[in-house]
Amino acid sequence: MHELLIIAGVLLIVLNIAAGLIYVERRLLALWQDRYGPNRVGPFGLGQVIADMVKIFFKEDWIPPFSDKAVFVIAPGILVATLLLTFAVVPFAPGFNVFDSNIALLFFLGNSSLGVYSIVLGGWASNNKYSLLGAMRASAQMLTYEVFMGLSLMGVVMMADSFNLTGIVEAQRHGWFIFPQFVGFVIFLIAGIAETHRVPFDIPEAEGELVAGFHSEYSGMKFGMFFVGEYMGVTLVSCLITILFFGGWLGPAFLPPVVWFFLKTGVFICFFILLRASLPRPRYDQLMSLGWKILLPLTLINILVTGAVLIYLQ
Amino acid sequence: MNEILSIATLLKDKFGYPAILAEQVTIDGTPTFWVKSENLNKILEYLKYEVTNPYKMLYDLCGIDERKRTKREGQPVADFTVVYHLTSLERNHDIRLKVALTGAYPSLPSITGIWPSANWYECEVYDMFGITFTGHPYLRRILMPRSWKGHPLRKDHYSRATESEPFVLDDQMRQIADADLKFNPEDWGLERQSEDTDFMFLNLGPQHPGTHGLLRLVLQLDGEDIVDVVPDIGFHHRGAEKMGERQSWHTFIPYTDRIDYLGGVLNNLAYLLPVEKLAGIEIPDRAKMIRIMLCELFRIQSHLVWLGTFAQDLGQLSPVFFTFNDRERAFDIVSAITGGRMHPSWFRIGGVAHDLPDGWQKQMQDFVNYLPKRLREYEKVVIRNSIFKARTVGIGVYTTEEAIEWGITGAGLRATGYNFDYRKKRPYSGIDQFDFEIPLGKNGDCYDRALVRMEEMRQSLRIIQQCIDNMPAGLYKSDHPLAVPPRKDKTMKDIETLITHFLAVSWGPVIPAGEAMVPIEGAKGSNGYYLVSDGSTSAYRSRIRTPSFPHMQMIPLISKGYTIPDLLSILGAMDFVLADLDR
Repeated sequence: MHELLIIAGVLLIVLNIAAGLIYVERRLLALWQDRYGPNRVGPFGLGQVIADMVKIFFKEDWIPPFSDKAVFVIAPGILVATLLLTFAVVPFAPGFNVFDSNIALLFFLGNSSLGVYSIVLGGWASNNKYSLLGAMRASAQMLTYEVFMGLSLMGVVMMADSFNLTGIVEAQRHGWFIFPQFVGFVIFLIAGIAETHRVPFDIPEAEGELVAGFHSEYSGMKFGMFFVGEYMGVTLVSCLITILFFGGWLGPAFLPPVVWFFLKTGVFICFFILLRASLPRPRYDQLMSLGWKILLPLTLINILVTGAVLIYLQ
Repeated sequence: MNEILSIATLLKDKFGYPAILAEQVTIDGTPTFWVKSENLNKILEYLKYEVTNPYKMLYDLCGIDERKRTKREGQPVADFTVVYHLTSLERNHDIRLKVALTGAYPSLPSITGIWPSANWYECEVYDMFGITFTGHPYLRRILMPRSWKGHPLRKDHYSRATESEPFVLDDQMRQIADADLKFNPEDWGLERQSEDTDFMFLNLGPQHPGTHGLLRLVLQLDGEDIVDVVPDIGFHHRGAEKMGERQSWHTFIPYTDRIDYLGGVLNNLAYLLPVEKLAGIEIPDRAKMIRIMLCELFRIQSHLVWLGTFAQDLGQLSPVFFTFNDRERAFDIVSAITGGRMHPSWFRIGGVAHDLPDGWQKQMQDFVNYLPKRLREYEKVVIRNSIFKARTVGIGVYTTEEAIEWGITGAGLRATGYNFDYRKKRPYSGIDQFDFEIPLGKNGDCYDRALVRMEEMRQSLRIIQQCIDNMPAGLYKSDHPLAVPPRKDKTMKDIETLITHFLAVSWGPVIPAGEAMVPIEGAKGSNGYYLVSDGSTSAYRSRIRTPSFPHMQMIPLISKGYTIPDLLSILGAMDFVLADLDR
């Protein structure tokens, strides 16, 4: 019974945060762009979330006759499914997680690689040239960031001596990993932005160039799943940054652990939105050369140095 | 003056009668020669390659339907004329060659062999007049739909929809129109595949977030690498030149605002300068300075829009909101002075519509004080951003020679390091009285074009500041009888002033016969109206030379070998307006 409650709770929290982020992002962007944003529906425009959701559910769900229909329908589901699955291993507070796996981190990395299938398949099945270019860019981008994303976390794993996320948080009782693993943090952050396809790495979508990239042909709730999936991705990466580098739920006792967790996560979510408000988009070959030529060697050096220091301290 | 004489003498000595049929005196002082079509290429080659300080830029090429013209004494017999307007930047001098053609659908040799940039111009003349150019690589309709019947700028073509049959789009016509839009690579000499790859042809537009309006670029792609680009223009064509032949000299002013719709009164000025030259109107000093001030304010507004949209083309979402807010402040001033916003249509023949309102200095001064801080901020947020640099430095490079060859003017030319600004070189409206610098680039890439425009905004602020400090007293509109409508203190006093006023606003003024063009430094590049008057209440021919047209023609040349994101940088850095391109 307790477990079912937690599953329901996590689902509810994640889906609501993702939907609520649509509102938060629009208001924050508006704040940073000297305009109002949605402020008409309900108090502070909060009803906008409901209005948007109602709208997106009732929009015509058009499947292009020229598309590969089965794949076209499945693709957005893959994204949401892999993301939701990953949330199963995220510990929000001590004991507040669906599944306390001893390889939770690997589970996250695996699932995030699967997520890119949805974009590649969706872009391919749309049978549209812009979608195809978007999908092509997504796979090129994935090949770049996946490599150093996993490696950037190895420093944390070595220091915590565990792949278990709860274990990693507990290992930070005497100091967050952001300090010893600052390089790892920066690289993971960059990889995380690329993973969620947010500005500045929204290259597969690239509105000004590819119209809407891989999801040009999607409408209605299928588009909504890509849309909400993006916010779930942002939430997930923010959660992981909190867990891996900022001590998860740890914090002074005047607030309950779960509040600390969501506060820290919230900061990173806002940071993602701030990035969107401020940066232009590089070309994808520039992202690739940044990844392969600078970030990958940096990651490897980080692992070497971390290992050397750990051995020395033993 | 010596140079003008010398080029006339040189031409006559070298070719002489009958190769040069006649010399025509025009009111703008541009030496104009009638040449025979079989000698055209020879003479052009001579002017482009052989004379010292050659005429390297084909500034404009247009046609005139002469069949209804009455006042053309001393000019050779012609049913149609094709006009070649050349510019030598070194000499800072223009020359005009005219070819007289007879017959209903005449033909003459193409000059694309000498100027590749003549390609689109010749297509336009063919499209508008039905004149064919032999030896043109692909003569086609360029502005009108391919299925269009007739050639709109011929005098026998109707100018209003009500003069034609009702328009019905039936299924058959729809099919024809759709078939017209189908892109056939073979028409353009493009391969469908190379040895190791099949090319993809991608329609960028007519509806696309990166094209700023209705523009279609067909890309030949190898992966994301651009092999070739075929621009398809004309979606925004509204027949502005035809309207100029039907509207009175006065009532055409609002139409000009809508050519470069970000340039506002800059367009008015480009149109009115030749009109006033034809009419022989001297503009009072106050009116001149008011014009300069408003023009520079619109230059800033246009550049602000460019900056915001350019950043957005590169994926940066916020600057466009900031610059549009700043532009809104400028609009507050524009509306306080003129009552309008984007299209104030505020200049008049002989001056401006009203005097400046009380308190304009404060409003203008506030803006001049406010903007530099914002510009510094944009410099930090956009121009110095490393991703912005990565996307623009070394992208879309062209040299000064290429720029001149293709008729590039404005910031695009100055970004290559070549100092040519019409405000300095051919001062108009008293701009030579002002103290300002012409910013120059070095490398001719997208980044330098951005730098030049940023600095241009600061220089325009300097000019506005000088206007605030030194605005002379005096009349805001000339006393000349052709300055319309007459100033209020000259109207409705007695029957005579009543009649003058009534004639001026109903029929409009009668501008003396003649031809004139005064190129100005528009916001996007050089803008000029080549006006032919037949001594009537409206222009006989109003040719609008816009900067976006040659700039867009250069796109294939400067985007080959780059990728799709680079193409968006190139388009954004070019700063075009589609209404300016298609007219």
